[in-house]
Amino acid sequence: MSEILVLVEHAEGEVKKVTLELLTLARSLGTPAAVWAGPGITPEAKARLAEYGAEKIYVAGADDIVDYVVAPKAELLAQLVAGTSPAAVLVAATAEGKEIAGRLAIKTDSGVITDAVGLSEGFVADQSIFGGGVNVHSRVRKGTPIVAVRPNSTAPVAAAGAGTEEEVSVTLSDAAKTARVVERVKQEKGARPELTEAAIVVSGGRGVGSAENFSIIEGLADALGAAVGASRAATDAGWYPHQFQVGQTGKTVSPQLYIAAGISGAIQHRAGMQTAKTIVAINKDPEAPIFELADYGVVGDLHQVVPQLTEEVSKRK
Amino acid sequence: MNIVVCVKQVPDTATERKLRSDDNTLDRDAADGVVNELDEYAVEEALKLKEAHGGEVTVLTMGPGKATDTIRKALAMGADKAVHLSDDALHGSDALSTSYAMAQVLKKIGFDLVILGSESTDARTGVLAAMLAERLGASQLTLANKVEVDKGAIAIQRLTDYGYDRVEAPLPAVISVVEKINEPRYPSFKGIMAAKKKPVETLAIGDASIDAAQVGLAAAWSEVVDFAAAPPRAAGTIVKDEGDGGEKAADFLASKKFI
Repeated sequence: MSEILVLVEHAEGEVKKVTLELLTLARSLGTPAAVWAGPGITPEAKARLAEYGAEKIYVAGADDIVDYVVAPKAELLAQLVAGTSPAAVLVAATAEGKEIAGRLAIKTDSGVITDAVGLSEGFVADQSIFGGGVNVHSRVRKGTPIVAVRPNSTAPVAAAGAGTEEEVSVTLSDAAKTARVVERVKQEKGARPELTEAAIVVSGGRGVGSAENFSIIEGLADALGAAVGASRAATDAGWYPHQFQVGQTGKTVSPQLYIAAGISGAIQHRAGMQTAKTIVAINKDPEAPIFELADYGVVGDLHQVVPQLTEEVSKRK
Repeated sequence: MNIVVCVKQVPDTATERKLRSDDNTLDRDAADGVVNELDEYAVEEALKLKEAHGGEVTVLTMGPGKATDTIRKALAMGADKAVHLSDDALHGSDALSTSYAMAQVLKKIGFDLVILGSESTDARTGVLAAMLAERLGASQLTLANKVEVDKGAIAIQRLTDYGYDRVEAPLPAVISVVEKINEPRYPSFKGIMAAKKKPVETLAIGDASIDAAQVGLAAAWSEVVDFAAAPPRAAGTIVKDEGDGGEKAADFLASKKFI
């Protein structure tokens, strides 16, 4: 079977969960080959990639791959596409993943599909568009299918691959080296998972009422090992930082479980979370549209319901 | 500084959005067309940069005739002039062909800085800015939360999952902005009146050396095979909090093995 290139998402030497999902997906359609871009691969990371089916691990460990915005990673993948003629290239549908996919599509004269939530034979992708209102099948007609897949779309399943390492050296073009990253500023510390790839997300909205009250949302998130999200009403009010906004103009999440507390569920918010597998809503207003989506809804004041839920979760763990 | 802001007309998210059953493309007649919300932040940022550094702001849009409404709004906010790429041959263009067509126009009209919203609310691909940078050989500074320009160089804060990256590049550059970057101004009455007199140049594909074989539905690199309305979610269980709402929700989470 043909190779399918999977661009590895990693931070501080660790492989992110979405990559294990992509390897699992790639295995059902071909032979997964992981592509590690940048320095810092560890023996643990290699073992992890092999554990989830990577037959080959291409390692481009040069610093300059990560010194510039997006373009070097697209050049690396373009070079591998030219050299290995893969059946497809999969990347995570993160903001950066999609940008890499876009530049790669032009470099390789290939079609690109973004935000796939499933992929079947012939690389026909499932997409959910218009805020979850319409399900679409789409496919690439020219070149090598390049598909950006949403985190949490596939359950990662281990199945050992050979994990044969192959070093790759890339000579970057001058065009790829224009936008230089001069500083990386980490604002969020702590143990919470990243919003876009968290399996559970707990979000708060207008009903939370203040920045201080977001500790109620954080408490539940921490009890569940979840990420915290916020509606636009909450970020616009300055109660929670903008990068946690879920919705049309914020982040798209597709977790196993989404808990919306004090969020009415306007279409702008639904666009960012409607593909969650299970949705729980807590809201005072029984008419809130979020209840139309909810698998389980509690009509009540989140300031009472959420702390009680947090306590129960902690008790039952 | 010659700034070009790319704006897109999209169906209003408050109305029902549809695909056309004949060719699986967006049904532009089904819903009201509005300016893509994120593009308003791009227009605002362009105007701010012009106010600080001088120059000219040109609005560029690609779309059918009625997309002119979108241009008028940007002009009313304060942009100086507009270019409207409009040609039936463009119908059904995917991201690759759209980026190709727009890059051809940008090469023709010239630019120091191109500004876009980070994505459109209809297609939501989030790839156009990166594609334009690739096609134009310009610096890519996308997902900007803050933009500073100084003597032919540009620096941004690029939003990341962990915070932000500070990125520097020489001009010309293509940037995209996130909504946190500013607060778009409302067009004043004076602005609305002035917009009616501002020049709008309409280009067909031949006017911008766009190869008809690279655009439109037939040339698209990807296609929608079929689509269907999402099945309605099965009605969930809704309970009223009687002092035990949290416990009941915990029971539900336990039944689904989340705890």
